[in-house]
Amino acid sequence: MPVVLEHLGKRFGDGAPVLDDVNATIAKGEFVALLGASGCGKSTLLNILAGLEEPTSGALEVPSDGAAFMFQDSALFPWLTARANIELALQLADAAKATTRASRAARAQELLELVHLAGAGDKRPHELSGGMRQRVALARSLAQDRQLLLMDEPFAALDAITRDLLHDELERIWKETGRTIVFVTHNVREAVRLGQRVLLLSSRPGRVVAEWDVTEEHRTDAGRAGELTGTITRRLREEIRRHAN
Amino acid sequence: MPTDDTRLAAPPAESRHITSPSLKGNPDELRDLEAGLDKLQSDAVRKAGIDWSRVLLPVAALVVLVLAWQFYVSLGFKRRDLVPGPLDVLGQMGVLWGEGKIQEAVWTSLQRGVVGFLISVVVATPLGLLLAQVRPLRRAFGPLISGLQVLPSVAWVPAAIIWFGLTDGTVYFVVLMGAIPSIINGLISGVDQIPPQYRSVGTVLGANRLQMALQIILPAALPGYLGGLKQGWAFSWRSLMAAEIIAVGGSIGFGLGSLLDQGRILSDMSTVMAAILAILAVGILIELLVFAPIERRLLQRRGLLAGSTR
Repeated sequence: MPVVLEHLGKRFGDGAPVLDDVNATIAKGEFVALLGASGCGKSTLLNILAGLEEPTSGALEVPSDGAAFMFQDSALFPWLTARANIELALQLADAAKATTRASRAARAQELLELVHLAGAGDKRPHELSGGMRQRVALARSLAQDRQLLLMDEPFAALDAITRDLLHDELERIWKETGRTIVFVTHNVREAVRLGQRVLLLSSRPGRVVAEWDVTEEHRTDAGRAGELTGTITRRLREEIRRHAN
Repeated sequence: MPTDDTRLAAPPAESRHITSPSLKGNPDELRDLEAGLDKLQSDAVRKAGIDWSRVLLPVAALVVLVLAWQFYVSLGFKRRDLVPGPLDVLGQMGVLWGEGKIQEAVWTSLQRGVVGFLISVVVATPLGLLLAQVRPLRRAFGPLISGLQVLPSVAWVPAAIIWFGLTDGTVYFVVLMGAIPSIINGLISGVDQIPPQYRSVGTVLGANRLQMALQIILPAALPGYLGGLKQGWAFSWRSLMAAEIIAVGGSIGFGLGSLLDQGRILSDMSTVMAAILAILAVGILIELLVFAPIERRLLQRRGLLAGSTR
Protein backbone atom coordinates (compact mmCIF):
# COMPACT_ATOMS: atom_id res chain seq x y z
CA MET A 1 0.00 0.00 0.00
CA PRO A 2 1.47 3.35 -0.99
CA VAL A 3 1.66 6.51 1.06
CA VAL A 4 -0.23 9.38 -0.52
CA LEU A 5 -0.22 13.00 0.59
CA GLU A 6 -2.71 15.34 -1.05
CA HIS A 7 -2.74 19.09 -0.46
CA LEU A 8 -1.58 18.44 3.08
CA GLY A 9 -1.37 21.49 5.32
CA LYS A 10 -0.47 22.10 8.95
CA ARG A 11 -0.44 25.21 11.09
CA PHE A 12 -0.05 25.54 14.82
CA GLY A 13 -2.71 27.80 16.29
CA ASP A 14 -3.02 31.08 14.38
CA GLY A 15 0.60 31.11 13.21
CA ALA A 16 1.86 30.95 9.65
CA PRO A 17 1.42 27.51 8.07
CA VAL A 18 4.29 25.12 8.68
CA LEU A 19 3.25 22.86 5.82
CA ASP A 20 1.18 24.02 2.89
CA ASP A 21 -0.16 21.99 -0.03
CA VAL A 22 2.26 19.10 0.29
CA ASN A 23 1.75 16.51 -2.45
CA ALA A 24 3.67 13.27 -2.70
CA THR A 25 3.19 9.61 -3.48
CA ILE A 26 5.53 7.01 -2.08
CA ALA A 27 5.37 3.52 -3.52
CA LYS A 28 5.56 0.35 -1.44
CA GLY A 29 9.13 -0.70 -0.79
CA GLU A 30 10.49 2.64 -1.91
CA PHE A 31 13.28 4.49 -0.07
CA VAL A 32 12.54 8.21 -0.15
CA ALA A 33 14.82 10.87 1.27
CA LEU A 34 12.97 13.97 2.43
CA LEU A 35 15.40 16.85 2.27
CA GLY A 36 15.07 20.35 3.62
CA ALA A 37 16.79 23.07 5.61
CA SER A 38 16.43 23.02 9.36
CA GLY A 39 13.05 24.32 10.45
CA CYS A 40 11.23 23.58 7.21
CA GLY A 41 8.66 21.29 8.77
CA LYS A 42 10.28 17.97 7.85
CA SER A 43 9.81 16.59 11.33
CA THR A 44 6.24 17.89 11.47
CA LEU A 45 5.48 16.09 8.22
CA LEU A 46 6.98 12.91 9.61
CA ASN A 47 4.98 13.27 12.84
CA ILE A 48 1.82 13.59 10.76
CA LEU A 49 2.71 10.45 8.83
CA ALA A 50 3.30 8.68 12.14
CA GLY A 51 -0.04 9.82 13.52
CA LEU A 52 1.59 11.84 16.32
CA GLU A 53 0.05 15.03 14.94
CA GLU A 54 -3.05 15.78 12.90
CA PRO A 55 -2.90 17.72 9.64
CA THR A 56 -5.04 20.87 9.56
CA SER A 57 -6.01 20.43 5.91
CA GLY A 58 -5.68 18.03 3.03
CA ALA A 59 -5.85 14.28 2.82
CA LEU A 60 -3.44 11.60 3.90
CA GLU A 61 -3.31 7.95 3.06
CA VAL A 62 -1.04 5.73 5.15
CA PRO A 63 -1.04 2.00 5.86
CA SER A 64 -3.76 1.23 8.37
CA ASP A 65 -1.40 -0.51 10.79
CA GLY A 66 0.51 2.74 11.24
CA ALA A 67 4.20 3.31 10.93
CA ALA A 68 7.40 2.47 12.75
CA PHE A 69 9.38 5.50 13.81
CA MET A 70 13.04 6.13 14.48
CA PHE A 71 13.94 9.34 16.29
CA GLN A 72 16.94 11.61 15.97
CA ASP A 73 18.33 10.59 19.32
CA SER A 74 17.83 6.93 19.96
CA ALA A 75 14.99 7.54 22.49
CA LEU A 76 15.67 4.18 24.09
CA PHE A 77 14.23 3.74 27.55
CA PRO A 78 17.17 4.10 29.95
CA TRP A 79 15.71 1.73 32.55
CA LEU A 80 15.69 -1.20 30.12
CA THR A 81 18.53 -3.14 28.55
CA ALA A 82 18.95 -3.06 24.77
CA ARG A 83 17.21 -6.42 24.55
CA ALA A 84 14.35 -5.39 26.84
CA ASN A 85 13.81 -2.23 24.80
CA ILE A 86 13.26 -4.38 21.72
CA GLU A 87 11.12 -6.86 23.62
CA LEU A 88 8.91 -4.05 24.90
CA ALA A 89 8.34 -2.90 21.31
CA LEU A 90 7.44 -6.46 20.34
CA GLN A 91 5.04 -6.73 23.26
CA LEU A 92 3.34 -3.39 22.64
CA ALA A 93 3.01 -4.11 18.92
CA ASP A 94 1.25 -7.34 19.81
CA ALA A 95 -2.12 -5.99 20.90
CA ALA A 96 -3.81 -9.37 20.43
CA LYS A 97 -1.35 -11.05 22.82
CA ALA A 98 -0.58 -13.67 20.19
CA THR A 99 3.10 -14.09 21.08
CA THR A 100 4.73 -15.70 24.07
CA ARG A 101 7.56 -14.23 26.11
CA ALA A 102 9.94 -16.85 24.74
CA SER A 103 9.06 -16.14 21.12
CA ARG A 104 9.56 -12.44 21.72
CA ALA A 105 12.96 -13.09 23.28
CA ALA A 106 13.97 -15.14 20.26
CA ARG A 107 12.75 -12.44 17.88
CA ALA A 108 14.64 -9.76 19.86
CA GLN A 109 17.82 -11.79 19.53
CA GLU A 110 17.28 -12.08 15.77
CA LEU A 111 16.85 -8.34 15.49
CA LEU A 112 19.98 -7.72 17.56
CA GLU A 113 21.86 -9.99 15.19
CA LEU A 114 20.42 -8.12 12.24
CA VAL A 115 22.03 -4.89 13.49
CA HIS A 116 25.24 -6.75 14.49
CA LEU A 117 24.72 -6.28 18.20
CA ALA A 118 24.12 -9.86 19.28
CA GLY A 119 26.64 -9.53 22.13
CA ALA A 120 25.39 -6.23 23.53
CA GLY A 121 21.80 -7.18 24.34
CA ASP A 122 22.26 -7.01 28.09
CA LYS A 123 23.83 -3.57 28.11
CA ARG A 124 21.88 -0.52 29.09
CA PRO A 125 21.62 2.44 26.73
CA HIS A 126 24.12 4.55 28.68
CA GLU A 127 26.73 1.81 28.30
CA LEU A 128 26.48 1.91 24.51
CA SER A 129 28.03 4.36 22.05
CA GLY A 130 25.84 6.70 20.02
CA GLY A 131 26.12 4.49 16.94
CA MET A 132 25.24 1.36 18.89
CA ARG A 133 22.24 3.10 20.45
CA GLN A 134 20.98 4.09 17.01
CA ARG A 135 21.34 0.50 15.84
CA VAL A 136 19.32 -0.70 18.83
CA ALA A 137 16.75 1.97 17.99
CA LEU A 138 16.70 0.70 14.40
CA ALA A 139 16.19 -2.85 15.65
CA ARG A 140 13.38 -1.59 17.88
CA SER A 141 11.65 0.16 15.00
CA LEU A 142 11.98 -3.03 12.93
CA ALA A 143 10.45 -4.93 15.84
CA GLN A 144 7.21 -3.09 15.19
CA ASP A 145 6.97 -5.01 11.93
CA ARG A 146 5.22 -2.26 10.01
CA GLN A 147 5.63 -1.84 6.29
CA LEU A 148 6.31 1.88 6.65
CA LEU A 149 9.43 3.03 8.49
CA LEU A 150 9.82 6.73 9.23
CA MET A 151 13.26 8.04 10.16
CA ASP A 152 13.81 11.53 11.54
CA GLU A 153 17.47 12.46 10.97
CA PRO A 154 18.53 9.32 12.80
CA PHE A 155 22.25 9.66 12.06
CA ALA A 156 22.61 13.43 12.43
CA ALA A 157 24.44 13.30 15.76
CA LEU A 158 26.94 10.60 14.81
CA ASP A 159 30.57 10.91 13.74
CA ALA A 160 31.38 10.53 10.05
CA ILE A 161 32.80 6.99 10.18
CA THR A 162 29.90 5.64 12.19
CA ARG A 163 27.44 7.40 9.90
CA ASP A 164 28.97 5.83 6.78
CA LEU A 165 28.75 2.45 8.45
CA LEU A 166 25.14 2.92 9.39
CA HIS A 167 24.29 4.04 5.86
CA ASP A 168 25.59 0.71 4.59
CA GLU A 169 23.80 -1.12 7.34
CA LEU A 170 20.50 0.64 6.69
CA GLU A 171 20.77 -0.05 2.97
CA ARG A 172 21.42 -3.73 3.67
CA ILE A 173 18.47 -3.96 6.07
CA TRP A 174 16.18 -2.11 3.66
CA LYS A 175 17.06 -4.61 0.93
CA GLU A 176 16.58 -7.56 3.31
CA THR A 177 13.26 -6.44 4.75
CA GLY A 178 11.67 -4.60 1.82
CA ARG A 179 10.31 -1.79 3.97
CA THR A 180 9.01 1.50 2.68
CA ILE A 181 11.32 4.08 4.20
CA VAL A 182 10.85 7.83 4.51
CA PHE A 183 14.15 9.25 5.64
CA VAL A 184 14.25 12.87 6.77
CA THR A 185 17.58 14.66 6.58
CA HIS A 186 19.16 18.05 5.97
CA ASN A 187 22.31 16.44 4.59
CA VAL A 188 22.32 16.32 0.79
CA ARG A 189 25.02 13.66 0.54
CA GLU A 190 23.12 11.45 2.93
CA ALA A 191 19.94 11.89 0.89
CA VAL A 192 21.72 10.94 -2.34
CA ARG A 193 23.56 8.10 -0.67
CA LEU A 194 20.41 6.46 0.67
CA GLY A 195 17.33 7.51 -1.27
CA GLN A 196 15.97 6.14 -4.50
CA ARG A 197 14.23 9.45 -4.74
CA VAL A 198 15.02 12.77 -3.09
CA LEU A 199 12.19 15.18 -2.30
CA LEU A 200 13.14 18.75 -1.53
CA LEU A 201 10.90 20.53 0.96
CA SER A 202 10.87 24.34 0.88
CA SER A 203 10.82 26.35 4.09
CA ARG A 204 7.98 28.42 5.53
CA PRO A 205 5.68 27.09 4.31
CA GLY A 206 6.96 23.59 3.72
CA ARG A 207 6.06 22.28 0.29
CA VAL A 208 7.60 19.73 -2.04
CA VAL A 209 9.32 21.99 -4.59
CA ALA A 210 11.60 19.61 -6.44
CA GLU A 211 12.44 15.93 -6.68
CA TRP A 212 15.23 13.87 -8.18
CA ASP A 213 15.54 10.19 -8.96
CA VAL A 214 18.72 8.54 -7.78
CA THR A 215 19.46 5.83 -10.31
CA GLU A 216 21.71 2.81 -10.13
CA GLU A 217 24.20 4.80 -12.19
CA HIS A 218 24.50 7.36 -9.40
CA ARG A 219 25.27 4.58 -6.97
CA THR A 220 28.09 3.08 -8.96
CA ASP A 221 29.58 6.19 -10.54
CA ALA A 222 30.99 8.58 -7.95
CA GLY A 223 31.23 11.38 -10.51
CA ARG A 224 27.54 11.20 -11.37
CA ALA A 225 26.62 11.03 -7.68
CA GLY A 226 28.74 14.09 -6.99
CA GLU A 227 27.08 15.94 -9.86
CA LEU A 228 23.63 15.17 -8.50
CA THR A 229 24.70 16.21 -5.01
CA GLY A 230 25.92 19.50 -6.46
CA THR A 231 22.67 20.12 -8.28
CA ILE A 232 20.56 19.39 -5.24
CA THR A 233 22.79 21.45 -2.97
CA ARG A 234 22.45 24.41 -5.32
CA ARG A 235 18.68 24.12 -5.34
CA LEU A 236 18.57 23.80 -1.56
CA ARG A 237 20.74 26.90 -1.11
CA GLU A 238 18.55 28.82 -3.51
CA GLU A 239 15.58 27.81 -1.40
CA ILE A 240 17.26 29.01 1.78
CA ARG A 241 18.48 32.27 0.22
CA ARG A 242 14.90 33.20 -0.62
CA HIS A 243 14.46 33.88 3.08
CA ALA A 244 17.45 36.24 3.34
CA ASN A 245 15.36 39.32 2.62
CA MET B 1 27.71 35.24 -13.51
CA PRO B 2 29.37 32.61 -15.68
CA THR B 3 32.30 32.04 -13.32
CA ASP B 4 29.95 31.23 -10.49
CA ASP B 5 28.13 28.71 -12.63
CA THR B 6 31.20 26.71 -13.55
CA ARG B 7 32.22 26.54 -9.94
CA LEU B 8 28.88 25.13 -8.96
CA ALA B 9 28.71 22.71 -11.85
CA ALA B 10 31.77 20.88 -10.63
CA PRO B 11 30.71 19.01 -7.50
CA PRO B 12 32.75 19.62 -4.38
CA ALA B 13 35.54 17.07 -4.10
CA GLU B 14 34.38 16.12 -0.63
CA SER B 15 30.98 14.89 -1.79
CA ARG B 16 32.55 12.81 -4.51
CA HIS B 17 34.41 10.99 -1.76
CA ILE B 18 31.57 10.18 0.53
CA THR B 19 29.32 8.67 -2.10
CA SER B 20 32.21 6.88 -3.75
CA PRO B 21 31.47 3.17 -3.96
CA SER B 22 35.13 2.41 -3.29
CA LEU B 23 34.63 3.67 0.23
CA LYS B 24 31.90 1.16 0.94
CA GLY B 25 34.41 -1.69 1.13
CA ASN B 26 33.47 -5.33 1.38
CA PRO B 27 31.03 -6.61 4.00
CA ASP B 28 33.65 -8.42 6.09
CA GLU B 29 35.83 -5.37 6.37
CA LEU B 30 32.81 -3.37 7.44
CA ARG B 31 31.89 -5.90 10.10
CA ASP B 32 35.39 -5.59 11.55
CA LEU B 33 35.29 -1.82 11.35
CA GLU B 34 31.96 -1.82 13.15
CA ALA B 35 33.13 -4.26 15.81
CA GLY B 36 36.23 -2.14 16.33
CA LEU B 37 34.18 1.02 16.81
CA ASP B 38 31.80 -0.74 19.19
CA LYS B 39 34.72 -1.93 21.34
CA LEU B 40 36.36 1.49 21.37
CA GLN B 41 33.23 3.43 22.16
CA SER B 42 31.35 1.43 24.74
CA ASP B 43 32.15 1.45 28.42
CA ALA B 44 34.26 -1.26 29.95
CA VAL B 45 32.56 -2.82 32.97
CA ARG B 46 34.10 -1.58 36.17
CA LYS B 47 33.60 -3.59 39.37
CA ALA B 48 34.33 -1.88 42.63
CA GLY B 49 35.00 -3.69 45.91
CA ILE B 50 33.72 -2.49 49.29
CA ASP B 51 34.25 1.22 49.53
CA TRP B 52 35.53 1.64 53.08
CA SER B 53 35.26 5.42 53.06
CA ARG B 54 31.49 4.88 52.92
CA VAL B 55 31.68 3.13 56.32
CA LEU B 56 34.59 4.86 58.02
CA LEU B 57 33.66 8.48 57.30
CA PRO B 58 30.19 8.36 58.90
CA VAL B 59 31.62 6.49 61.91
CA ALA B 60 34.36 9.10 62.27
CA ALA B 61 31.78 11.89 62.06
CA LEU B 62 29.74 10.19 64.80
CA VAL B 63 32.79 9.79 67.05
CA VAL B 64 33.65 13.47 66.63
CA LEU B 65 30.13 14.52 67.60
CA VAL B 66 30.02 12.27 70.68
CA LEU B 67 33.43 13.53 71.80
CA ALA B 68 32.27 17.14 71.41
CA TRP B 69 29.17 16.30 73.43
CA GLN B 70 31.24 14.66 76.19
CA PHE B 71 33.64 17.63 76.21
CA TYR B 72 30.77 20.10 76.60
CA VAL B 73 29.24 18.09 79.45
CA SER B 74 32.58 17.75 81.23
CA LEU B 75 32.94 21.55 81.24
CA GLY B 76 30.02 21.47 83.72
CA PHE B 77 28.04 24.53 82.62
CA LYS B 78 24.74 22.79 83.30
CA ARG B 79 23.43 20.37 85.89
CA ARG B 80 24.08 16.77 84.96
CA ASP B 81 20.39 15.80 85.20
CA LEU B 82 19.49 18.55 82.70
CA VAL B 83 22.27 17.79 80.23
CA PRO B 84 23.35 14.18 80.62
CA GLY B 85 26.58 13.03 78.97
CA PRO B 86 26.91 10.28 76.38
CA LEU B 87 27.79 7.75 79.07
CA ASP B 88 24.67 8.58 81.15
CA VAL B 89 22.45 8.16 78.13
CA LEU B 90 24.19 4.93 77.20
CA GLY B 91 23.67 3.69 80.76
CA GLN B 92 19.99 4.63 80.66
CA MET B 93 19.70 2.87 77.29
CA GLY B 94 21.12 -0.24 78.98
CA VAL B 95 18.61 0.01 81.81
CA LEU B 96 15.71 0.41 79.36
CA TRP B 97 17.07 -2.53 77.35
CA GLY B 98 17.19 -4.62 80.52
CA GLU B 99 13.56 -3.80 81.21
CA GLY B 100 12.73 -4.68 77.60
CA LYS B 101 11.15 -1.25 77.21
CA ILE B 102 13.29 0.09 74.40
CA GLN B 103 12.89 -3.06 72.31
CA GLU B 104 9.15 -2.95 72.78
CA ALA B 105 8.98 0.73 71.87
CA VAL B 106 11.14 0.39 68.78
CA TRP B 107 9.24 -2.70 67.63
CA THR B 108 5.80 -1.15 68.16
CA SER B 109 6.68 2.08 66.40
CA LEU B 110 8.57 0.46 63.55
CA GLN B 111 5.74 -1.96 62.89
CA ARG B 112 3.20 0.85 62.79
CA GLY B 113 5.43 3.08 60.72
CA VAL B 114 6.08 0.37 58.14
CA VAL B 115 2.46 -0.79 57.95
CA GLY B 116 1.21 2.81 57.71
CA PHE B 117 3.79 3.56 55.05
CA LEU B 118 2.91 0.50 52.98
CA ILE B 119 -0.80 1.33 53.11
CA SER B 120 0.08 4.87 52.00
CA VAL B 121 2.09 3.53 49.05
CA VAL B 122 -0.77 1.30 47.95
CA VAL B 123 -3.27 4.15 48.20
CA ALA B 124 -1.06 6.94 46.82
CA THR B 125 0.47 5.24 43.77
CA PRO B 126 -2.68 4.75 41.69
CA LEU B 127 -4.00 8.13 42.83
CA GLY B 128 -0.73 9.80 41.82
CA LEU B 129 -0.68 8.13 38.40
CA LEU B 130 -4.30 9.07 37.82
CA LEU B 131 -3.72 12.68 38.81
CA ALA B 132 -0.57 12.93 36.72
CA GLN B 133 -2.23 11.48 33.63
CA VAL B 134 -5.70 13.03 33.68
CA ARG B 135 -5.58 16.78 33.24
CA PRO B 136 -8.98 17.78 34.74
CA LEU B 137 -8.31 15.69 37.86
CA ARG B 138 -4.85 17.18 38.20
CA ARG B 139 -6.19 20.73 37.86
CA ALA B 140 -8.99 20.03 40.33
CA PHE B 141 -7.12 18.20 43.07
CA GLY B 142 -3.48 19.22 42.53
CA PRO B 143 -3.59 22.34 44.75
CA LEU B 144 -5.41 20.44 47.49
CA ILE B 145 -2.79 17.67 47.50
CA SER B 146 0.02 20.21 47.65
CA GLY B 147 -1.77 21.96 50.47
CA LEU B 148 -2.20 18.71 52.40
CA GLN B 149 1.53 18.15 52.13
CA VAL B 150 2.22 21.50 53.74
CA LEU B 151 -0.33 20.96 56.50
CA PRO B 152 1.53 19.44 59.47
CA SER B 153 -0.04 16.06 60.06
CA VAL B 154 0.00 16.70 63.84
CA ALA B 155 -2.93 18.97 63.11
CA TRP B 156 -4.97 15.84 62.46
CA VAL B 157 -4.29 14.35 65.91
CA PRO B 158 -7.16 16.09 67.76
CA ALA B 159 -9.61 15.19 65.00
CA ALA B 160 -8.37 11.62 64.92
CA ILE B 161 -8.73 11.23 68.70
CA ILE B 162 -12.32 12.49 68.50
CA TRP B 163 -13.14 10.12 65.63
CA PHE B 164 -11.19 7.02 66.58
CA GLY B 165 -10.53 7.48 70.32
CA LEU B 166 -7.27 6.27 71.82
CA THR B 167 -6.83 3.36 69.39
CA ASP B 168 -4.37 2.37 66.70
CA GLY B 169 -6.86 3.86 64.24
CA THR B 170 -5.84 7.32 65.40
CA VAL B 171 -2.17 6.58 64.86
CA TYR B 172 -2.67 5.12 61.39
CA PHE B 173 -4.96 7.95 60.33
CA VAL B 174 -2.33 10.53 61.20
CA VAL B 175 0.42 8.54 59.49
CA LEU B 176 -1.63 8.17 56.31
CA MET B 177 -2.54 11.85 56.21
CA GLY B 178 1.16 12.63 56.46
CA ALA B 179 2.53 10.13 53.95
CA ILE B 180 -0.07 9.92 51.18
CA PRO B 181 0.14 13.54 49.94
CA SER B 182 3.91 13.50 49.75
CA ILE B 183 4.01 10.20 47.86
CA ILE B 184 1.40 11.52 45.41
CA ASN B 185 3.32 14.74 44.96
CA GLY B 186 6.61 12.89 44.44
CA LEU B 187 5.03 10.70 41.78
CA ILE B 188 3.42 13.67 40.03
CA SER B 189 6.66 15.64 39.92
CA GLY B 190 8.45 12.51 38.70
CA VAL B 191 5.91 12.22 35.87
CA ASP B 192 6.25 15.94 35.08
CA GLN B 193 9.97 15.51 34.54
CA ILE B 194 9.66 12.72 31.99
CA PRO B 195 11.11 13.78 28.63
CA PRO B 196 8.06 14.23 26.33
CA GLN B 197 9.75 12.02 23.78
CA TYR B 198 9.15 8.90 25.90
CA ARG B 199 5.41 9.41 25.46
CA SER B 200 5.85 9.84 21.70
CA VAL B 201 7.85 6.62 21.61
CA GLY B 202 5.12 4.90 23.58
CA THR B 203 2.45 6.16 21.18
CA VAL B 204 4.47 5.13 18.13
CA LEU B 205 5.09 1.69 19.65
CA GLY B 206 1.34 1.31 20.06
CA ALA B 207 0.93 1.41 23.84
CA ASN B 208 -2.63 1.76 25.13
CA ARG B 209 -3.42 3.98 28.14
CA LEU B 210 -2.78 1.32 30.75
CA GLN B 211 0.43 0.09 29.12
CA MET B 212 1.56 3.69 28.79
CA ALA B 213 0.97 4.31 32.50
CA LEU B 214 2.48 1.08 33.84
CA GLN B 215 5.24 0.28 31.36
CA ILE B 216 6.43 3.71 30.32
CA ILE B 217 5.27 6.50 32.63
CA LEU B 218 5.79 4.71 35.95
CA PRO B 219 9.31 3.38 35.23
CA ALA B 220 10.31 6.68 33.64
CA ALA B 221 9.10 8.54 36.73
CA LEU B 222 10.79 6.12 39.12
CA PRO B 223 13.57 8.47 40.33
CA GLY B 224 10.99 11.13 41.28
CA TYR B 225 8.66 8.49 42.66
CA LEU B 226 11.44 7.11 44.85
CA GLY B 227 12.10 10.64 46.11
CA GLY B 228 8.41 10.82 46.99
CA LEU B 229 8.58 7.46 48.76
CA LYS B 230 11.55 8.61 50.83
CA GLN B 231 9.73 11.75 51.81
CA GLY B 232 6.59 9.73 52.40
CA TRP B 233 8.48 7.50 54.82
CA ALA B 234 9.93 10.54 56.59
CA PHE B 235 6.44 11.98 56.94
CA SER B 236 5.09 8.63 58.18
CA TRP B 237 7.76 8.39 60.82
CA ARG B 238 7.42 11.98 61.99
CA SER B 239 3.63 11.86 62.08
CA LEU B 240 3.82 8.62 64.00
CA MET B 241 6.06 10.13 66.66
CA ALA B 242 3.81 13.17 66.96
CA ALA B 243 0.74 10.96 67.30
CA GLU B 244 2.39 8.73 69.90
CA ILE B 245 3.52 11.68 72.00
CA ILE B 246 0.08 13.27 72.04
CA ALA B 247 -2.18 10.22 72.14
CA VAL B 248 -1.12 8.09 75.07
CA GLY B 249 -3.14 5.40 76.81
CA GLY B 250 -6.26 3.56 75.72
CA SER B 251 -5.51 0.62 73.46
CA ILE B 252 -2.56 2.46 71.91
CA GLY B 253 0.56 0.37 72.45
CA PHE B 254 3.85 1.62 73.87
CA GLY B 255 5.92 3.20 71.12
CA LEU B 256 8.99 5.41 70.97
CA GLY B 257 6.84 8.52 71.18
CA SER B 258 5.22 7.13 74.32
CA LEU B 259 8.68 6.47 75.77
CA LEU B 260 9.64 10.04 75.01
CA ASP B 261 6.53 11.36 76.71
CA GLN B 262 7.11 9.11 79.72
CA GLY B 263 10.63 10.55 80.05
CA ARG B 264 9.18 14.07 80.01
CA ILE B 265 6.60 13.24 82.70
CA LEU B 266 9.28 11.74 84.92
CA SER B 267 11.67 14.62 84.13
CA ASP B 268 14.16 11.92 83.21
CA MET B 269 16.42 13.61 80.69
CA SER B 270 18.47 10.46 80.04
CA THR B 271 15.34 8.57 78.95
CA VAL B 272 14.30 11.49 76.74
CA MET B 273 17.72 11.55 75.10
CA ALA B 274 17.75 7.77 74.74
CA ALA B 275 14.35 7.88 73.02
CA ILE B 276 15.43 10.70 70.69
CA LEU B 277 18.55 8.77 69.74
CA ALA B 278 16.50 5.62 69.11
CA ILE B 279 14.09 7.56 66.84
CA LEU B 280 17.06 9.02 64.97
CA ALA B 281 18.75 5.63 64.69
CA VAL B 282 15.67 4.02 63.16
CA GLY B 283 15.50 6.84 60.60
CA ILE B 284 19.17 6.46 59.67
CA LEU B 285 19.00 2.66 59.46
CA ILE B 286 15.94 2.69 57.19
CA GLU B 287 17.67 5.18 54.91
CA LEU B 288 20.94 3.22 54.85
CA LEU B 289 19.49 -0.28 54.58
CA VAL B 290 16.41 0.30 52.45
CA PHE B 291 16.36 3.50 50.43
CA ALA B 292 20.05 4.13 49.75
CA PRO B 293 20.71 0.75 48.07
CA ILE B 294 17.54 1.00 45.96
CA GLU B 295 18.39 4.54 44.92
CA ARG B 296 22.00 3.72 44.09
CA ARG B 297 20.94 0.78 41.98
CA LEU B 298 18.27 2.79 40.20
CA LEU B 299 20.61 5.65 39.33
CA GLN B 300 23.45 3.35 38.39
CA ARG B 301 21.35 1.36 35.95
CA ARG B 302 20.30 4.54 34.20
CA GLY B 303 23.84 5.88 34.09
CA LEU B 304 22.99 8.80 36.38
CA LEU B 305 25.54 8.09 39.11
CA ALA B 306 28.72 9.24 37.36
CA GLY B 307 30.14 12.32 39.06
CA SER B 308 27.70 12.28 41.96
CA THR B 309 29.04 12.40 45.51
CA ARG B 310 26.82 9.58 46.72
